Amino acid sequence: MSTLHTVNKSPFATQALVSCLNHAKAGDAILMIEDGVYGGLSGTGLTEIIEEFGKNVSLYVLSPDLDARGLDAKRLIGGIEGVDYAGFVDLVAKHDRTQAWL
Amino acid sequence: MSDVKKFLYVNRKAPYGTIYALESLEVVLIGAAFEQDVALAFLDDGVFQLTKGQNTDGIGVKNFSPTFRALGDYDVQKLYVERESLEERGLSEDDLIEVVYEDEDDDWEEKPAIKVVSRAEMADVMADADVVLSF
Amino acid sequence: MAYEVNGQTVECDEEGYITNLSDWTPELAAVIAEAEDIEMDDDRWEVVNFLREYYDEYQIAPAVRVLIKAAKKSMGPEKGNNKYMYELFPYGPAKQACKIAGLPKPTGCV
Repeated sequence: MSTLHTVNKSPFATQALVSCLNHAKAGDAILMIEDGVYGGLSGTGLTEIIEEFGKNVSLYVLSPDLDARGLDAKRLIGGIEGVDYAGFVDLVAKHDRTQAWL
Repeated sequence: MSDVKKFLYVNRKAPYGTIYALESLEVVLIGAAFEQDVALAFLDDGVFQLTKGQNTDGIGVKNFSPTFRALGDYDVQKLYVERESLEERGLSEDDLIEVVYEDEDDDWEEKPAIKVVSRAEMADVMADADVVLSF
Repeated sequence: MAYEVNGQTVECDEEGYITNLSDWTPELAAVIAEAEDIEMDDDRWEVVNFLREYYDEYQIAPAVRVLIKAAKKSMGPEKGNNKYMYELFPYGPAKQACKIAGLPKPTGCV
């Protein structure tokens, strides 16, 4: 049993990503969408925390949201995978439940 | 009954700054008619929804905190509140309103519906749900 | 839409629920009841007053099954049942009695 978590707010604006990381279980996936994609950037004040949690959960960003914001995938924390909308659907189907962190 | 699903309503927003909290409560009340297994989770700013002594007379908005106390009538018996979220905000269980339900299996005795749980326990509650609705 | 009571106009929505809950008076209740083809008697007042007290305490108009469960507890099983309530308010105790009680349509009532 595992959960797909989605986060759609910048971690620099709200607690959503950190709270999500605090509640995700090993084997869960976290997909950053909309402004949530800023959470995937390397070299930020949160990078270390996210890398630490990333050891137990799979991290994804929605590529169209990354592109829209002019962020190159090369700037992402290592191990974060970009997915398109079809990939988003696959992630939903692969997990037992989806939990949105608004 | 195998078609009973565990619904978890996750509340992470303070009550009056946005419409999320009120909308959540309305969906809970509507959803309660479908006789599913319903639980509510309060974490982060969501814990502010349950504080005592709310008075909205001055802001022209309905005070819906008394409505949480009606949840027992709607067979909602589990309100999980995260201890860490309370502590981070300088709150304790004593600052929260009282919500009770009548236990059908125990001679209709009134029991508290609010359960303060640790962050790890909250993660378990979430992982145990069939459907998670976020507000 | 509106009701007329003692020369005063009280606004309501297209289903007949009053717009401002503070406009309610027992006289208005009788007028709404008449529009619903219901004659108020002690039994009906008991339910209407019960609903108003419930709203006052919980800020919500109860769903039918909640009303019946609560009525059973406070008024006894001979009154806390569907048959009794629907005899008093044929179009639905929550819906019709709430309207007369000046409350919003019960949440979850479609």
